[in-house]
Amino acid sequence: MEKQLAGKAITVNEEGYLTNFAQWDKSIGDAIANEVNIELTPRHWEVINYLQEEHKNEVALSIRRIGKSGIVDIKEFYALFPNAPLKTATKIAGIPKPASCI
Amino acid sequence: MNEFNGEIKKMMIILSKATLENVYAAFVLANGARMEGIEAEMFFTFFGLEAIHKKKLEHLHVATVGNPAMHMPTMLGGLPGMEALATSMMKKEMEKIDMPDVHEFLEILTASGVKLWACKLAMEMFHYKKEDLYEGVNDVITVGDFYKQGSGLGTHMLFI
Repeated sequence: MEKQLAGKAITVNEEGYLTNFAQWDKSIGDAIANEVNIELTPRHWEVINYLQEEHKNEVALSIRRIGKSGIVDIKEFYALFPNAPLKTATKIAGIPKPASCI
Repeated sequence: MNEFNGEIKKMMIILSKATLENVYAAFVLANGARMEGIEAEMFFTFFGLEAIHKKKLEHLHVATVGNPAMHMPTMLGGLPGMEALATSMMKKEMEKIDMPDVHEFLEILTASGVKLWACKLAMEMFHYKKEDLYEGVNDVITVGDFYKQGSGLGTHMLFI
């Protein structure tokens, strides 16, 4: 479906995840973060950039892997993105929702 | 992203068994709840205490006897070494799918904000002390205390 974010028309799935990463830019990330009441700090962006990089390399994302990333530990990850951190952070990053159970 | 919408707000998971498959089921459910933005608390009672007992948690086994899904004759499952064999096979498979070991899983759970409670009655029965337990355990509490922790709308309880 089409959605207006940061003044641009983008395509998202029924859960609000971008279906085409080429449509993503930082202003889109900010707009999604705003929708979920998160104000993005430089720390958030470090994590978001890491997630995008992992996605580009086709790495399956999981909480365990993020804990071992050296970028952020699990406790801080939950503090940065309270309520479903992996789902929230990937949505802001414009990448698909990870199908991970751990 | 708030996933609550009056659905499941909190999972209260009671673990009463120490077989690896049950411990992992409970851990995955607790961690999975946190990943969805659902609160999670665990109550370790009876043999479930072994999953948070410092000296025992690294040595949990898969059950080979009385477990029809093992597709192994009960007599065979009871032979010496069978549990160890089945356990090492299962651990290898779990490493392949990026499943942490019990100790690392406990660390993930506590870092994710899962509260871990030990059952006071079972602690007394097994003569365990708080110092015997994994350091991330919040406290030793009664069943009444645990119910109090679960009060409020949207709480679900699960007994494993």
